[in-house]
Amino acid sequence: MDFTYDEEQQALREAVRGLLGKAYSDYENRRRTVAEDPGFSEQLWGQLAEMGVLGLPFEERYGGMGAGPIEVGIVAQELGRVLAPEPFLSAVVLAGGAVAAAGTDEQRTQLLEALSSGEQLLAFAHQEPGARWQPTASAVTASGSGSSWTLSGVKEPVLHGARADVLVVSAALPDGGTGLFLVDGSASGLGRDGYSTSEGGRAARVSFTDTPATPLGAAEDRTDVIAQVLDAGRIAVGNEALGLMEVALETTSAYLKSRKQFGVTLNTFQALTFRAADMYVSLELARSVVTWATMVLAEKSSGAEVATAASRASLAVSRSGRHVGQEAIQLHGGIGMTAEYSIGSYTSRLTALDHLLGTGDHHLGLLAAGVGSYDEIDPLP
Amino acid sequence: MQLALSAEDAEFRDEMREFFTTQIPQEVRDAVRDRRELTRDQLVESQRAMNRNGLAVPNWPVEWGGKDWSPLRRHIWHEEMQRAFVPPPLAFNASMIGPVIATFGSQEMKAKFLPPTANIDIWWSQGFSEPDAGSDLASLKTRAVRDGDEYVVNGQKTWTTLGQYGDWIFTLVRTDPEAKKQAGISMLLIDMTSPGVEVRPIELIDGSHEVNEVWFTDVRVPAENLVGEENRAWDYAKFLLGNERVGVAPVGATKRVLAQAKEWASSVPSGTGAATLLDDPLVAARIAELENELLALELTALRVVAHSADGKPHPASSVLKLKGTELQQAVTELVVDLAGPASLASGAADDATDLPWWTRRATPVYLNFRKASIYGGSNEVQRQIIARTILGL
Repeated sequence: MDFTYDEEQQALREAVRGLLGKAYSDYENRRRTVAEDPGFSEQLWGQLAEMGVLGLPFEERYGGMGAGPIEVGIVAQELGRVLAPEPFLSAVVLAGGAVAAAGTDEQRTQLLEALSSGEQLLAFAHQEPGARWQPTASAVTASGSGSSWTLSGVKEPVLHGARADVLVVSAALPDGGTGLFLVDGSASGLGRDGYSTSEGGRAARVSFTDTPATPLGAAEDRTDVIAQVLDAGRIAVGNEALGLMEVALETTSAYLKSRKQFGVTLNTFQALTFRAADMYVSLELARSVVTWATMVLAEKSSGAEVATAASRASLAVSRSGRHVGQEAIQLHGGIGMTAEYSIGSYTSRLTALDHLLGTGDHHLGLLAAGVGSYDEIDPLP
Repeated sequence: MQLALSAEDAEFRDEMREFFTTQIPQEVRDAVRDRRELTRDQLVESQRAMNRNGLAVPNWPVEWGGKDWSPLRRHIWHEEMQRAFVPPPLAFNASMIGPVIATFGSQEMKAKFLPPTANIDIWWSQGFSEPDAGSDLASLKTRAVRDGDEYVVNGQKTWTTLGQYGDWIFTLVRTDPEAKKQAGISMLLIDMTSPGVEVRPIELIDGSHEVNEVWFTDVRVPAENLVGEENRAWDYAKFLLGNERVGVAPVGATKRVLAQAKEWASSVPSGTGAATLLDDPLVAARIAELENELLALELTALRVVAHSADGKPHPASSVLKLKGTELQQAVTELVVDLAGPASLASGAADDATDLPWWTRRATPVYLNFRKASIYGGSNEVQRQIIARTILGL
């Protein structure tokens, strides 16, 4: 049993931290970046590609680095620490993950290389209006046969859907089940309306009207693949949330030590320091579950155990993220409400992540449904 | 990073599981499972069975029966014990005074006390807290005045757990009233049959007699019963309390009760339309939430023990006491709610009631465990430690 990163993993962390720090250690840079389309730095995206970060989880023969969920988690934590708006989660973990899991050899070679090199941006168009995090599609339908298919319907919100060069789209198949398709950004009958998300990211309504599409792999039911990709996404989200919470707590502690009221610094008041202590408890408990779920994913890659671990991490992070995020603002007072100061944006990003792939209550519902089927949880394999 | 135990540690876990489920008297394990108060004899019998197999005091130095295990193995030992409903060795002996004597006592003192302490031939009580010295332990007032080869002790200790069974008591006493408060304290070992020692019971809110007051009136204690040096006991007490905190996240025991609670919940009609309480979505969600929090606690404990091999406590260890006791209490609270109106019948004798035993134990256990967030450094003290030493506030 070992909960620590090896030397190579630590080196990855240092390298990513260094690069991201240059871009966003000044919070004003992050504000400027998200104020303009495409909502992230194309230059930094290129640098992440050069460093190998965009191909991190993919096999080397597809232009990737052959790393795994632990390394993806490290990158996600670092992105979280500086609120980096780059589309690592949507492009690499979700869309790239789907291509790696379901694509033909040719599709993997072409798309994963283009993604890893920063040449093409992929988006994962799965969420539909009215849907709540299930791994199936119904609002977008696929028609056709063989390699000739078209899609119709609406996906929304699709993270970075307006900027993406290629969309990986889930769609209901004519004979039942949910398939995965590739749609080129220049395809006919493709409508894209981009907008900003609550925390400064980008998303879009993506509409399909008899839009030509290519099956990702075979045009067959891919519900399992979608579920697997969403679970890997949840665990990456959990890691990003750890980075966010770490900095939210660091920032809050520093503020309590420097801000003066009534002639003394705020850390003089036990009513405040005890609440900061509780934030630390929340963070460390969430860290334990997220780290565990990341290791489960690294060892099993898919299946019921991964799904349960992803739900457990999502629940832990949802609860702790809300606690830490809300208290971070409250302990700052009025300054925590302002857009020019960073802390509120951490809470905003935690809130967005919480609702991206399933809230704590959603995952609690899934876990509660199975609670009578086992005696107790044994976290070790 | 790697989740699995090493092959050696996995084998060790199997050995411990085998031992605790086969070598401890079933009657003792049943009593723990059924949440009954254990008798003195049951606790002694259980610890002696462990000691016969060299498993009562693994945290001690090897020459006195310790095991030189890694922190992870000690954790596994402790978890498997709880999993099998085995009561842990008496903390006052195994975790508190034993390690203090082994570390700070003279060779004579070690030879005289350590073997009977491991085998619980001596039942130790703890004489630290006083009516005006709780969390602020250093303000204790019990006096010991040197008179020839003896100390004369006067004062009062309180919250002495199971003091009614005690043969000996290890006490913190003030030997230098002039020194600043931490500096004038010594540790004396006192035979509780000495003239002038009086144990008075304190009845608790659950009706139990678990703690006591211990009064000392001109008690004469041989000077050889001084542990270490005079006026140095604050260091020994800090050492002891540091050891105490390691065992206060009873993850395994809380998991067992929660697993039992699921069984009990499935035996009770819900009253709200669902077949049983376990089928009630709110109850199921409450249980699932507790399980997730317990998982977080268990993994945090594993992180701490897997990475404290260099002797320094992991910073997250302070979380264990705080969250561990909160969850222990939350699970006892759940059981009262599952018991519902039957929880009122705690005074009914087995042959005078139609209500299941677990419903009748629910409230006394719930009330009893309100203590958990108070003892071993109250949870407010733990928050203070986190705020000050980890966050630097």
